[in-house]
Amino acid sequence: MSAIRLRVNGAEYAIAVPPMKRLLDVLREDLKLTGAKEGCGEGECGSCSVLMARGGQCAELVNSCLIPVLQAESAEITTIEGLAPKDAAKLHPIQQCFLEHGGAQCGICTPGMILATHHLLAKNPHPTLAQIQEGLAGNLCRCTGYMRIFEAVEAVGRAVK
Amino acid sequence: MPNPGPIVGTSPLRKEGFGKVTGHAQYVDDIVLPGMWHGATVRSTIARGRITSITFDPAVDWAQFCVVTAAEIPGENTIVHLTRDHPCLAAEFINHPAEPILLIAHPDKAALHAAVAAVKIAYEEQPGVFTIEDSEAGACAEGETQNPDVSKIIWDGAAHGGSANTFKTFVMRSGDDAAEHDAALAAAFAGADLVVEGEYRTGAQEQLYIENNGVIAEVTRAADGAIESVTVSGSMQCPYYLVHALTLVFGLPAEKCRVIQTETGGAFGGKEDFPSVIGSHAALLAAKCGHPVKMTYDRAEDLIATTKRHPSRTRHRTAVSRDGKLLAGEIEVVIDGGAYSTLSPVVLSRATIHAPGPYHWPHLTVRAKAMATNVAPHGAFRGFGAPQSLFAMERHMDKIARTLGLMPEELRRRNLLGTGMKTATGQHLSDPVDMKGMLTRALKETDYHAKRAEFDRTNGSATVKRGIGFATFLHGSGFTGSGERRLNSLVKVELMRDGRPRVLVSSTEFGQGTNTILCQVCAQTLRVPYEDVLIAQPDTAVVPNSGPTVASRTAMIVGKLVERASQHLLTMLAPYLTFPDPTADFDYSSACEVPAGYSPTDFKRAALAYLKQHGALTAEARYEAPGNIFWVDDKYKGEAYPTYAWAVYVAEVAVDTLTYAATVTDFYALQEVGKVIHPVLAKGQIEGGVAQGIGYALYEKCVYLDGLMRNNQMTNYIMPTSADLPPIRVAFEEVPSIHGPQGAKGIGELPMDGPAPAILNAIEHATGISFTEIPLLPEDIFERMTRVADAGSDDLNAVDRDTRSEVRA
Repeated sequence: MSAIRLRVNGAEYAIAVPPMKRLLDVLREDLKLTGAKEGCGEGECGSCSVLMARGGQCAELVNSCLIPVLQAESAEITTIEGLAPKDAAKLHPIQQCFLEHGGAQCGICTPGMILATHHLLAKNPHPTLAQIQEGLAGNLCRCTGYMRIFEAVEAVGRAVK
Repeated sequence: MPNPGPIVGTSPLRKEGFGKVTGHAQYVDDIVLPGMWHGATVRSTIARGRITSITFDPAVDWAQFCVVTAAEIPGENTIVHLTRDHPCLAAEFINHPAEPILLIAHPDKAALHAAVAAVKIAYEEQPGVFTIEDSEAGACAEGETQNPDVSKIIWDGAAHGGSANTFKTFVMRSGDDAAEHDAALAAAFAGADLVVEGEYRTGAQEQLYIENNGVIAEVTRAADGAIESVTVSGSMQCPYYLVHALTLVFGLPAEKCRVIQTETGGAFGGKEDFPSVIGSHAALLAAKCGHPVKMTYDRAEDLIATTKRHPSRTRHRTAVSRDGKLLAGEIEVVIDGGAYSTLSPVVLSRATIHAPGPYHWPHLTVRAKAMATNVAPHGAFRGFGAPQSLFAMERHMDKIARTLGLMPEELRRRNLLGTGMKTATGQHLSDPVDMKGMLTRALKETDYHAKRAEFDRTNGSATVKRGIGFATFLHGSGFTGSGERRLNSLVKVELMRDGRPRVLVSSTEFGQGTNTILCQVCAQTLRVPYEDVLIAQPDTAVVPNSGPTVASRTAMIVGKLVERASQHLLTMLAPYLTFPDPTADFDYSSACEVPAGYSPTDFKRAALAYLKQHGALTAEARYEAPGNIFWVDDKYKGEAYPTYAWAVYVAEVAVDTLTYAATVTDFYALQEVGKVIHPVLAKGQIEGGVAQGIGYALYEKCVYLDGLMRNNQMTNYIMPTSADLPPIRVAFEEVPSIHGPQGAKGIGELPMDGPAPAILNAIEHATGISFTEIPLLPEDIFERMTRVADAGSDDLNAVDRDTRSEVRA
């Protein structure tokens, strides 16, 4: 099993894992980054969402449960742990807005939802409500009914104006 | 340092929120213990029958695995809820598909799938009983002399307080004397202008927490090999329920069974009783293999094996006067409990008490029963029976209105309960209740009358038909009947070594905001900053039993206990407080009467002084039933709940007559919930509940075949996404109740009750078709709208078919 080179949250890794191992499992088991969660294992719920960028292009939001790790080789992966440094006193504005506006309840969808928001706002810093609804439609939340999440996303838009 | 302003009624940051938004919060599947093995379950492939043989494929090296059978259970083979009919592992008889038979553990999770498949189980199969009607065929109904079909008896309940196929029955009469009541009810029907009948059905619903059920178990043994302790950590609502389950499965005293709640990724009732199953299973494997064992279900297993909302059938027969007064009613509520009794008796109880809705009934009889079927046991889900019976009541009210030619709001206005009136259990509503005022406000804020008129005008030739409808309802806060007395909950507040207070409760946080609101109540009572108050992780070795986190009881019942324990703490600190006049005579037991000059700095100084002298300080409060609350179980009368939350929900819908999809386009939720402790969290609770209610009405269908859920994936069990929901507008009215801290009442379950009937009432307005069953999917609407009367022999007009109204001249 040859080592697969990964770049996750700015750090380089070379890990010997089967090439078809799911990126989600590599993150959680091999890199101990457990912020990405498994909710369904089939790309429906989005709780395993991470950002994947290649060749300086804009990052894409991917379901890490559907990505064989080989496919992530040489890509730049960002997980929730990479959004704000662990020891940072300051949260990323998206995290702060989710916290203040009640966008996180049980918290299990939150890492994926925050990364989906990051992805949405990178493409469109001031989305309309309909664009937010569309942009987050791949991430399921059973607690909030999404309204607090929409408010949090709108608040980020206002904060970065 | 000045006193912090009011804390209750503001929206401080969620206590455990930092860990959640950074991804550092540790859910059970994020935890890895040294030497940990993984567990899996071998499940039945039939719905009903007898195990004839179990063989292990010799191709597998079984020496590498740990296998546990029913015969190896050290204590009783039972998962205790209210009865002991539910085996921990099936030993001989199978009563539902996916019933656990064997447990397997291995150090490598990846090895388990093949091992589970390599266990071959042979059965002698019997035909299953899958519907309420089939189950009734095997039951001998109370007072009837019918001959039950014995081949359909799947639960012989005599040993468990029930009867054949019937887990539980209730009869609730509004009158005191049964014979007099029955005669008066019959007379009211005989003299009524109209009798309106209807039948309403609701389907199973999956809680669909995004984190599946999961636990880690550890077992320690003494030198002689005897089990010294069993510890289970995991995703759950009720740690002490699991302690109780473990004591029976292991035959151990409670002090040797320890349960710890880890961060829990949603629950909604789905982690009330089920952790007793998976927790016992993991502990049995850990006891045998000598390693910690993690068991986490994947989505497919969670969906086939764990509890769902009870399907129901409710029949109404109502005597009304021409001017729209409810004169008398007979309601029959039947819920499908699945294969074992589990929580069905208490779900049925809440369904029964909520069946009459928020109305005054001069004469009412509710008969209710929970039936057995060969389906995995149904269990707790937000609302707990009330969404089922209130769906029926609120659809039926619109039917009565239509039959009488009254507007739905007018019929309700003539029958709503109000201050000083009595509910069907004889409970006197002493707190102010203003449902008529709320109805007026809700209809005004939604522009209901104008919209109704507009849709009536424009719908005729429109492809997309629009409608507006509403539901008026109530939800009891806390355990039903004598439940809170029996729970006898205990709460503690202690001082940490640095002088900060810490709340000790077994009440769990799973998104609703338990941690936050209980800390707010403590901070407000002690007059210290919210940030200074800590709350302990629910660990039964550390926290007292403050009862389960269910039944809309945490804010009101546990919150009140936190308030009282905090008051006691302050009283004990009194001699150490150094405000200007230490001899002043005042009552510390009232949080409002902490004297001028007292400040958080004062509290901290007193706390440290006390600790220096005494070493530790813990104050506690135990539930005391208010003197004016009585419930008589055998007569089913009295104060069913300490108090109720009241609500009016209005839904606007669009029904596309090309795609047959119904969409909710606007939703307004007005409720009276007592003092709102945390406005942001409270709004989140209502919005989340409404979203689940919209799913219940229009999206979420459990498709069963031979008792097994076949759409056990998120791909084909459809919950609302962010793109599916309308704006959900939330408004509160606050009438403080003496039963909760600062006047708070329960809020968690309420928003589950109203959306489904409001939506179907709106769909009836849009289409003119009276749908009586949920979930209502596009294919159901298609089916109904494309049927033509002369296409078959049935009377295809559902409106007429279900309106067995008898109009007397």
